[in-house]
Amino acid sequence: MNAKLVLENGVVFTGRAFGYLQETVGEVVFNTGMTGYQEVLTDPSYYGQIVVMTYPLIGNYGINYEDVESQSPKVKGFIVKENCTFPSNFRCSMDLDDYLKNNKIIGLEGIDTRALTKILRDTGTMKGVITLEDMDINRAKEIMKNFSNKDAVLNVTTKQKYHIDGMGKHIAVYDFGIKQNIIRSFIKRGCRLTVFPATASYNEILEVNPDLVFLSNGPGDPEDLKLIIQNIKELLGKKPIVGICLGHQLLALSLGGRTKKLKYGHRGCNHPVKDLTKNKTYITSQNHGYYVDVVPEDMEVTHISLNDGTVEGMRHKKLPIYSVQFHPEACPGPKDNDYIFDEFLKLAL
Amino acid sequence: MPLNRNIKKVLVIGSGPIVIGQAAEFDYSGTQACMAIKEEGIEVVLVNSNPATIMTDKEVADKVYIEPLTVEVLERIIEKERPDSLLAGMGGQTGLNLAVELYEKGILQKYNVNVIGTKIEAIKRGEDRELFRELMKKINQPIIESEIVTNLEDGIKFAKRIGYPVIIRPAYTLGGTGGGIAEDEEELKRILDMGLKLSSIGQVLIEKSVKGWKEIEYEVIRDSQGNCITVCNMENIDPVGVHTGDSIVVAPSQTLSDKEYQMLRTASIDIINSVGIEGGCNVQFALNPNSFQYAVIEINPRVSRSSALASKATGYPIAKVATKIALGYTLDEIKNEVTNKTYACFEPSLDYVVVKIPKWPFDKFTDAEKTLGTKMMATGEVMAIGRNFEEALLKGVRSLEIGAYSLEISKFKNDSLDELKEKVKRPNDEGLFIVAELLRRGVDVEEISNITKIDKFFINKIKNIVDREEELKGLSLKDLNKEKLREYKKLGFSDRAIAHFLKAEVEDIKRLRRELNVNPAYKMVDTCAGEFEAETPYYYSTYEDFDEVVVTDNKKVVVIGSGPIRIGQGIEFDYSSVHCVLSLKKLGFETIIINNNPETVSTDFNMSDKLYFEPLTEEDVLNVIEKEKPYGVILQFGGQTAIKLAKYLDKKGIRILGTSSEQIDLAEDRERFDELLEGLNIKRPKGRAVWSVEEGIEVSKEIGFPLLVRPSYVLGGQGMEITRDEDELRYYLNCAFEKDNKNPVLIDKYICGREIEVDAISDGEEVLIPGIMEHLESAGIHSGDSITIYPAQSISQKIKDKVLEYTKRISKAIGIKGMINIQFIEYKDELYVIEVNPRASRTVPFISKVTGVPIVEIATRVMLGEKLKNIGYGVDVYKESEIVAVKVPVFSTEKLKNVEVALGPNMKSTGEVLGIGRSLSEALYKGFLGAGLDIKKVKKVFAAVNDYDKYEFVELANRMNEIGCEIYATKGTWEVLTREKVEAEFVDDNKALNLISKGDIDLVINTPTKGNDLEREGFKIRRRAVERNIKVLTSLDTLRAVVKVMENKVEYDVYVL
Repeated sequence: MNAKLVLENGVVFTGRAFGYLQETVGEVVFNTGMTGYQEVLTDPSYYGQIVVMTYPLIGNYGINYEDVESQSPKVKGFIVKENCTFPSNFRCSMDLDDYLKNNKIIGLEGIDTRALTKILRDTGTMKGVITLEDMDINRAKEIMKNFSNKDAVLNVTTKQKYHIDGMGKHIAVYDFGIKQNIIRSFIKRGCRLTVFPATASYNEILEVNPDLVFLSNGPGDPEDLKLIIQNIKELLGKKPIVGICLGHQLLALSLGGRTKKLKYGHRGCNHPVKDLTKNKTYITSQNHGYYVDVVPEDMEVTHISLNDGTVEGMRHKKLPIYSVQFHPEACPGPKDNDYIFDEFLKLAL
Repeated sequence: MPLNRNIKKVLVIGSGPIVIGQAAEFDYSGTQACMAIKEEGIEVVLVNSNPATIMTDKEVADKVYIEPLTVEVLERIIEKERPDSLLAGMGGQTGLNLAVELYEKGILQKYNVNVIGTKIEAIKRGEDRELFRELMKKINQPIIESEIVTNLEDGIKFAKRIGYPVIIRPAYTLGGTGGGIAEDEEELKRILDMGLKLSSIGQVLIEKSVKGWKEIEYEVIRDSQGNCITVCNMENIDPVGVHTGDSIVVAPSQTLSDKEYQMLRTASIDIINSVGIEGGCNVQFALNPNSFQYAVIEINPRVSRSSALASKATGYPIAKVATKIALGYTLDEIKNEVTNKTYACFEPSLDYVVVKIPKWPFDKFTDAEKTLGTKMMATGEVMAIGRNFEEALLKGVRSLEIGAYSLEISKFKNDSLDELKEKVKRPNDEGLFIVAELLRRGVDVEEISNITKIDKFFINKIKNIVDREEELKGLSLKDLNKEKLREYKKLGFSDRAIAHFLKAEVEDIKRLRRELNVNPAYKMVDTCAGEFEAETPYYYSTYEDFDEVVVTDNKKVVVIGSGPIRIGQGIEFDYSSVHCVLSLKKLGFETIIINNNPETVSTDFNMSDKLYFEPLTEEDVLNVIEKEKPYGVILQFGGQTAIKLAKYLDKKGIRILGTSSEQIDLAEDRERFDELLEGLNIKRPKGRAVWSVEEGIEVSKEIGFPLLVRPSYVLGGQGMEITRDEDELRYYLNCAFEKDNKNPVLIDKYICGREIEVDAISDGEEVLIPGIMEHLESAGIHSGDSITIYPAQSISQKIKDKVLEYTKRISKAIGIKGMINIQFIEYKDELYVIEVNPRASRTVPFISKVTGVPIVEIATRVMLGEKLKNIGYGVDVYKESEIVAVKVPVFSTEKLKNVEVALGPNMKSTGEVLGIGRSLSEALYKGFLGAGLDIKKVKKVFAAVNDYDKYEFVELANRMNEIGCEIYATKGTWEVLTREKVEAEFVDDNKALNLISKGDIDLVINTPTKGNDLEREGFKIRRRAVERNIKVLTSLDTLRAVVKVMENKVEYDVYVL
């Protein structure tokens, strides 16, 4: 069935729909990873977004039960050049089409994804509608206008607090849409976890008396999360705090820094980041549309992006507070940065 | 860390002659390395024995030594030049082995030469199987159960323990030479014995076979600070067990999930960290398709064929970055030239699919054993880029120039299903087409995957193509609407294939495409999947809506490259293409290259203003031309691949610069050309086309033996032979007509005279001959296989004048503007013309380098209208050089099972080396040395010569005796020698094979009775000798030169060209 992607700027791409055949709207972003589409689909940070994969053949190894970063796919729509209908891999248990169908997500294939990527790169990220109708731009714009992703975090955070046992450090995890591999990375190190919904107050956190507070990744604009920022402020100085991605941005805002939207984000598995303390560069997995523009006074920059010089990590000059913008837990992407979790744990009480 | 200021002068070692396993990719890496060093203001001293390379140009290195690649020669150069540094990893296995040897012998230490880049200790950790295995165990990287053995007994014992099949891999050899898979003890004995001999350190690894696992490669770069990136990963479509050089390879991997991808990526990085690589490295893995189990196969601690492929596949210049690392830079200090904004410290992201397909020499060697294994047999490769797998695969297939434009070839139509299944069981050169045929007959994907161990993903992709081909067969032209046609074009179908299946004309499809506006769009290879703005002028075609090429208004010229390296059309043509581009740039033109060979310098996107990585078919080339609308197209430098496009492009109204299509035809059409020669009063050997054996015998009586016979429908000496009597002729004709009775066999008088060759430039009025070359072997041995001498040593002035005169007459009569190559035979003071090529030939780089005449540049200027007399190199014959130069052919026959070694009219060599000296003897000594024969070390000679040569041999044997050579001879030869009182020892065939097997012979002289007769003892002896790395001379002309050099006891020197 034919379907269209209508962009905010009026550009239209026509391709074929697959997955669940229902109109969708979201922020259109591209990801340059050549593998890891299943991890991308299930990464809660993509909530509210229509993701375009720049690699043209997607679905080759199908979908398995293991490589998920949350219970279900979180994207609003999925755009590929070619959707593979005969996947091959020993773990494959279904194809991409069925997976999207079962999870009520529309896919669009057969469009010039490179051209779309270049438009997003040049114009910046924008909203878009995937539609099965012959929709005119005004109608599409109306749909886009009504689309808001401000509640994204509330939609992907855990509904209830839960515990994971372990013999090691006790970590209070603020779940803003956490990727499973972050949790696995802590479990691998023997940690005991208490995972809180994003709405949890600082008191609830302090009540469990954790050795370390972890601020997770998640979707959306950090500046929309005023209440959460308030809670984090209350935790400063009381407990060691570490964070990844959105967590890192929220830390910056809590400490008086500022965040800003990137033109088209960093999404992929090939982003070089320089660790300034080690004077070494690592290839990182990234997925963020915002970045820390003004670093809080008390923080020093520990990591920078080698591509555009933006802040990729920071550490408090006096307090045990440390965060990174990229994804040391990988999944998808290179495992080179696993050491960050060890550095996190060094700050635990 | 920035540039290391202590580095002032760097020695770079090239890879020597082109052989199977070591081809143009090292010209590409070496050229990049030299330029990367030079641009830092550091002096480069380059040594390479191969004159057909760009890297040996004066513009590339500061000092160029085209000298034999031996430790002794290198020491002399080091002594003379006193470099402070040596860059080891650019010259393939040859360069690496030499660097290790220079180090081990203390030569580097003696002259204070520091190895930059990956250090010798690290090279050894990566190359020495024992050290590598220890290291892998230490860092917990799984390896395949294996043991290093140095003798037969241990090998057999070990194989018994781990169970068959086992893989045998000798250490320190090229392209897996001497390796193989043994299914049982018998086979193991044979392969192991050979492997032990071929390994330069006598070590062979025996390992458990993991046949059927996937083979995955990673290209990794690491700097001195330990920053590490993987440039690219690649998936071999053929399973482990087929050498990666013989496998269809796709980049990036297609069937690996992120988990597997990252698992192997992490392993690669851990491995090169532990080895201590500072530069580029290739890591090969075997991956169990049914689990996460994997094993490290091997690493190459240097740039390689795979790294050249990865560079072209991603746009990331691995050799250049590796060189900068050797000079002290770290990855985060080196700019990414593609974006000019980001750094070399990142991992390319592809938004297209790359397919590499090997090019095998089996069209030339029809008797060769074609089963693919751990020994590489391909001479070259093509690469194709598409936005889907089908498109890339089909573009690759038609780039091969094997007459295939789709996956259907007629060859297998009559085979039964069982026969096909049997054929595809053992991987072979036609596997892809057999798989397609099986699918066409309805065999299911699962079964084919089980038989071939090719992943279902790829079989399904092939099936998609086959299904669409079948679908087309049921359609007619009028069924193709825009949408339908676009679908086929998106899948990579050529117009020709569509026409074939529809039973329509190619032109119909082309017209339809134009009417419906179905045209390719061109996309950029930018290393970053469009994430950053890029400036690489590197494009590929695909059928999508958005085209990224900015067509300028500049006056531009398109240069057509020569495609994959094959016997008869090698790196020489890439040399010429690149020089043509450089000359055009100098003249102020915008330059555009179209080519499909990933190994070459011409497909380095820094060479031309624009590079289109495309098949060199009529359709693909015309598409680019119609888009770019150049001033003209140059075909003369791309060998036969480019020349054969002339007629078509001319018909389409494209301006062909230089010699026109009509004139090319005049030179290439046998009848027209015969007429032309007759009109010019120039002789050529008498000949006739015959249709039956009896007719042939009749003609032979009329012309007289010996005769040169060949099928009429092939080019390049394929199937050509010399017959000396009626029996031989009858045998040949019987075989030929049995194979094909629809075409005649051409019979020519074979004139056993001196062969003379010229490459000339003509402006339509006058000619310039940079040098007259003489062939050492008499006519009858393909010009590419004979030793070429410049200046000609034994040609009278009278004949030289005649050569000039004929060249002028022929050039003018044809109307050549640009290059012409003419081969003559001088016989009894008469000059005959035997071949004319209206294009640059393989001797162009050789003669350019030794005369100092920039032939390609002059020819390019002439093609654009300049007159020779205004260019500054004069007209007629250019002044002879003082120095004597010889071009000695190099063969790879040892790598091709069952291939005849003896030279004949069918070209066999894969490469060449240069020997230069003040005397012919010095030049020849160095030429032979570069080609692997140290004449000074020849003490024991085995001889078996045919009846025609016996008496001539007596004299040479006598002379060899006098110098102190021991001669072993077979019965017939021994009898003649004894009768003539020449000392020789009689050996029977078995003993001869034994002596050769044990390596007790230094040189084999064997002039064959009849080529291609596999049963004869001579064939076995020749094969055994080359497989044991013993030189075989099959022409007494060559032997005479060798004996002369022996007698002269030459001293040699090294020279800067």
